[in-house]
Order: sequence, then structure tokens, then C-alpha cells
Amino acid sequence: MRVFNVVIAGVGGQGVLLTSKIISETALLQGFDAKQSEVHGMAQRGGSVISHVRFGEKVYSPIVSEGEGDLLIGFEPLETARYIHFLKKDGIVLYNTYRVSSITVSIGAEKYPDDIDEIIRKNAKNVFALDGTKLAVEAGDKRALNVVLLGASLKFLPLDKNIVLKALENSISKKVLAINKKAFELGLEFFNDIK
Amino acid sequence: MKVILSGNEAIARGFYEGGGKVVSSYPGTPSTEVTETLAESYKDKGIHVEWAANEKVAFEVAIGASLSGVRSMACMKHVGVNVAADPLMTVAYTGVNGGLILMVADDPGMFSSQNEQDSRHYARFAKIPCLEPSDAQEAKDFVKKSFEISEMFDTPVILRTTTRISHCKSVVELKDGEIIEGRGLQRDFQKYVMLPVNAQKRHVFVEERLKKLKEFAETTELNIWERGSSALGIITNGISYQYAKEAFPEASFLKLGMTWPLPENKIKEFARSVEKLVVIEELDPIIEDTIKAIGVEVHIGKNRFPLCGEYSKTLVYEIVSGEKVEKKEPLTNLTKRPPTFCPGCSHRGLFTVLSKLKPFVSGDIGCYTLGALPPFTSMHSCICMGASVSGAHGIAMGLKTQGIKDKPVAIIGDSTFIHSGITGLINMVYNQGDAIVVIMNNDTTGMTGGQEHPGTGRKATGEETVKLNIEKLCQLIGAKRVIEIDTYNLKELEQIFKEEMEKEGPSVLISNDPCVLRYRVSKKPLSVNKEKCTACKMCLKVGCIALTFIEKAEAKYTEIDPLLCNGCTVCQQMCKFDAIEGGEK
Repeated sequence: MRVFNVVIAGVGGQGVLLTSKIISETALLQGFDAKQSEVHGMAQRGGSVISHVRFGEKVYSPIVSEGEGDLLIGFEPLETARYIHFLKKDGIVLYNTYRVSSITVSIGAEKYPDDIDEIIRKNAKNVFALDGTKLAVEAGDKRALNVVLLGASLKFLPLDKNIVLKALENSISKKVLAINKKAFELGLEFFNDIK
Repeated sequence: MKVILSGNEAIARGFYEGGGKVVSSYPGTPSTEVTETLAESYKDKGIHVEWAANEKVAFEVAIGASLSGVRSMACMKHVGVNVAADPLMTVAYTGVNGGLILMVADDPGMFSSQNEQDSRHYARFAKIPCLEPSDAQEAKDFVKKSFEISEMFDTPVILRTTTRISHCKSVVELKDGEIIEGRGLQRDFQKYVMLPVNAQKRHVFVEERLKKLKEFAETTELNIWERGSSALGIITNGISYQYAKEAFPEASFLKLGMTWPLPENKIKEFARSVEKLVVIEELDPIIEDTIKAIGVEVHIGKNRFPLCGEYSKTLVYEIVSGEKVEKKEPLTNLTKRPPTFCPGCSHRGLFTVLSKLKPFVSGDIGCYTLGALPPFTSMHSCICMGASVSGAHGIAMGLKTQGIKDKPVAIIGDSTFIHSGITGLINMVYNQGDAIVVIMNNDTTGMTGGQEHPGTGRKATGEETVKLNIEKLCQLIGAKRVIEIDTYNLKELEQIFKEEMEKEGPSVLISNDPCVLRYRVSKKPLSVNKEKCTACKMCLKVGCIALTFIEKAEAKYTEIDPLLCNGCTVCQQMCKFDAIEGGEK
């Protein structure tokens, strides 16, 4: 298989890294070569976060190049727009519509763009939106957003649902497993009507 | 078994597989997870893992462990090597008993660092070998290789990564841990006591050793010649290899896993076999300078490649091929999202008060460095670990000679204070300085993700231990005024600052509230009473992401996101109209 390129973007603390980890571990379990890139430290303090996952027969660079992404998983609308140039022409955007304010907005130096959803639609052909935060709260914890989006992304990833679930179970503590399984199911079902 | 590991996790695994016994480190992005992984996953494998007070201490502990006869390692970020440079330059002379590694993670692009220095200079400077993996598998394998080289040539070895090696995950094949017999403590006056009479002889040894290492570099499998098209030959290292291999799969490659000393003959031979020679290495031209010095022509190197920032596949392709890659540009004018203090963070109240009082703030390395950014803009210098305290003293002395009275404030965290602020405070007290030193003791090394240190009372492995009492230490140093502060009480904090500004001599203010992220401190969220809110925006001065100012045609007011608010009440104290409600006292 040619290399499949995923870019995952969000706000520090939203759990972008766990989603990336599970996608890359699933890819390995399915026999692919896989690489994942992320950044820790200062970049995580409520700032913008981007993670790359690439898998296929043989992967060299761990970074997705601009214009190469097959799928962009956005945890937050503004952060989805920020990295939309990573997508290739017919790449797919899957994003959470729940907005998280930025510090520049909170101090009144900048405004959160009202038309952020339009901006995203204008800059990509295949856009799929969901209120993942609402679904996570429904599952029992707002922090399960990353697992909702993991579930929803399977519509567009060449990965096996059961293997993803296995990787998920290996990665999270038993205490929160029930909530996360629910979150996973809610995400998985969300795009069921789409062919 | 195959698993996916980050470069750092792989190095931890390599330490275990390679029979490593003692690791001592100081946290620093992007190196931290090596030691964290060892502390979490390998503590029951007979390995001693510790966080040291600073990198110099860490490396000296590793040197001691090597002397005792076991394989050891110290891990740090690039600027940490500056702190550990003193022992490094001389252990290069003494050599080792058990294998000794200095693992250093550089940060091209400066994702989380104050400079972009290239640690390979230290290998050249100290005349010791430098190994550079290009993925997680090599990161793991090169640890064992480093130990072997260290023992074979009687030398410390630098194992150098960059952010993209340390923090990128890739597939790694695991092996069992090797059983390496301890060599026992070695007593050898001529080898380990660096009096001039011995050091003079050891310097000769260092030069001889370097010659032998050069010969080794010619034949080691660390340096791989991948024969491809003769039209293009690429000499490269680390992550640049991955970018170049993907951009030019047909080219011939000389992939250097050992980047000091370099295989000069192999390089000459490789250069002769290709029509066009390209050297690709991030940061400084360490490889390229050597290639040029041995009289080999480099067609593309730093004449076109940048010295600053990290590289990418696209950048490599464009520079080498001379063709532009068609790609989309990022959207312009998007609202920015810089990092900021967490909701509920103890630093917020401090900087809210400082941004009102406006003293000169001598800063340091930690989360509180974010106080330099809007809306606070209340940090005016930040150089390196510990410099806040000594720097503030220098500022006060300099101002004194100019007849200016403007008492500076130093801000430093607990971990950073223990790392290298203590000596600055001793110096300030001894020399009768005149500055306010604020120690933000939040009971963790925060910025790097919450590691233990001597002030937390817990070791790297989580075990209980002696807890350093920072307040008592400051008193013992001789500071006359040591005051505990509550940064969640703005009025009281402002009053303390005003009083201390008027007094002569050093004042030490200590905040003891814990890191809300590490200790998951969470109080009930506050809310805004829209009727009472006058839209004066005073609350926005606390720079909290839980607050948003809503501007609608019918009304203007501040809104608090209940999913983000931590209930710290700092914004509430800024409101003169009691519009922010709730809060526990």
C-alpha cells in the first residue's frame, strides 16, 4: 500500500497525542510500517498542537508534507483551518465544531473568526463536521473527545475497527474504559449514513 | 516482538538491552522521556534511575557509576550540556571503566528551547565519538553500540538526537536485556586523578585515541554506503536522511551514524563515485567543514541549505533539485494560539500584579517564562537556567553605580532554583545585593511535563524521600526576609511587593501552591452575571483562556467557559462590579 498520510490538529490538552498513538499502533498491528511525529514541552501549554501519522509499506519521513495529507482530523475548528494546507487536493477534513477560545481572543487582542466553518469548507473539498465535544459529554466525559474523533475517523482510514479497539484498550486505564468505549461507538456511528 | 516507540522510549529500551545500570538526568525537552520511561518501565530490572539536581550533577553521577564498573548514562537537552561541559571536557581525558554515554537531544526549530546550538561541536571539542540515530530502531541499537565503543576505546560517547528523532515514533524490534558483568571499582591514580602530571599524559592518549576512532569510523557499520545512481551522492545524518531518502530514492547515500570523528577515506571514495556531491545536515556544517578540509568538493551544502531551523522533505527536494514543489500556502491572518498559563495556574496572579507594578523582571526557564507574553509582558530578560537570580543581582549593582533606584525582581521555579538558582542567591546575599527573588514553588518540574526533583519529596520512581525545604534553605543561606506568598490573593500580594520594594537588601518571596496540571487541582467554575457586567474588560487582564469577551449588537460582556474555568478567582478579584459569581474560599 502507498503511504497514507494523516494530520491531527488541536489545542494542547485535548488529547491529540493519544489519537495519533492509537492510529499508528493499529497500523503496525495490521502489518504496515508506521511513523508518528509530535511535539512536547512549551507547545503544549494551551497552544496549537499538530501531530503527523504516516503508514504504508515503507515510510521514511515521519512528517506529512504540505499538500500531501489524505486526512486531517481537527479537534477544534480554528486549528483545523490552521493546518488545512497539509491536505492534498481531494483530501478529507473531519473536524469537531466545538470552539475553544485562544488566549489572544481572551485578552481581547484578536477575534475568534465567526465564519470559521465557512473558511474550512472554502479550503477543502471533502469536509465532514461533528460536535464531538457534545458526544464526549454524552459518553460521560468531555476528555473523551479524542476517542470520539478516533471512532469517527475510521470511516476514512483504511484500518480495522476491531484492531483499533484492541489498541485503545491497551492504551487507557480500566477506570475510564467504559466511557471511552461509549465515546468510540458514538464516533463510529456518526458518519454511518455517508457512503 | 515489534512495537512502536518514540526515539526516547527506544533509547530507554536500548539502555536496558545494552546492560545499562545507572542513569542520572535532568529533565529538558526533548530529552525528558528517556529517563521517565526508564523510571516507569524498567525500575524493577536492576537499574538505578534518578533525576539529578542539574545536568552537571547528573553527568558526574554517571561518571562515578562508570568508575564503579557499570554501564551508565546521563540524559539532557542541548543547553544542559553547557552545564555539564566542565566534567565532560576532563572525563574525555580520564576515559571510562564501565561504558559511559552522554545522551543529548538538540532542538532544531526551537520548539521548546532558548537557543538552537548544535551539540556535535562538543564531540569535536572534547575529541570524543558522536553517534546519531535516524529513527527509533537505530536510537535503541546505538545505545548498545555506544557502550561498546566507550569500553573499546576508553572514552565517553555522545549519543545525539534531535526533536524529530526523540519525539517521532517508529517500529522497533525488541530484544532481551543483556547481562553485563560489573567490572568493579577501578583505582588508577594516573588515569583518574587529573593533576597536571597525569593530565599531560592523558592528553597525548586523547589524541592517539582520536586517530584510532578515525580508523574505526572507516569500517564501522554505523556508516552505511547505499549504492544508487552515480548522478547524485548524498552524505547525511539523523532525520535529514529520512527526508533525503524519500525525496531522492534513486540517489547514492553515505548515511553517517557516527558523525564524529568522520570516515575521511570513505568520504573521499564516495565523492569520487558520484557526479554531484550533496551534504545535508541540520544546523551547523560539522560534516561539511570536515569534507572541505580534506579537499573534497561539495556541490550543495550550506551554500544553499539554511543554518537555522529544521529541514523537511520538501525543503530538501527543492534545494537539491532546484525545482519548486507546488504546494498550498497556510491560510493567512488566522487568529493565533500561543501557549499560555493553564486555568487556575499559580503564576497568573503573580504576573497580574507585576503587570500593574511594572518592575524590571529578570526571568528564568520554566512555564513562568510565558509571563513575558501579552497580556502581562512582565518579563524583561530570560537567558538560561538560574540566571534570573544572579542577573537581578547584577542589574541592582549596575543601577547602584548609576545612582538609579529601581529594585529588580527575579522569578524562578522550584526545580530551576535547585538546578542553579541557589548559588545565585548565595552570591546575592553574600555580596549584599538588593533585589526581590520570587520562588514559584509548585512542587514539580512543570514545563517538561511534571517531573520530581529534590523539593517534591519523591524520587524519579515515585518513592518517598527527603524533601528539601526551600524556605529553610533560603534562611540558612542568610536571606533576612523570607516570606510565603499567596498568588491567589492579589491585594495582599501587591501590598507585599510594595513593602519589599521599599526595603534595602534581598527579599525572598515563596509561593507554595501546587501545579494545577500535575496535581489536577480543580475548583468549581465561576460564572458572569451579565446584568452586572459593564464590559470594562478588567478581568481580561489576567490572560485566562476560560474568559471570552462577547460583542453582540444587543450586549457586550465577558463569558466564562465552565469546561475550562478552574475556579481560581483571580479574574473575580479584578472585577469592581461583583459581576463574576461563585468561587470557594
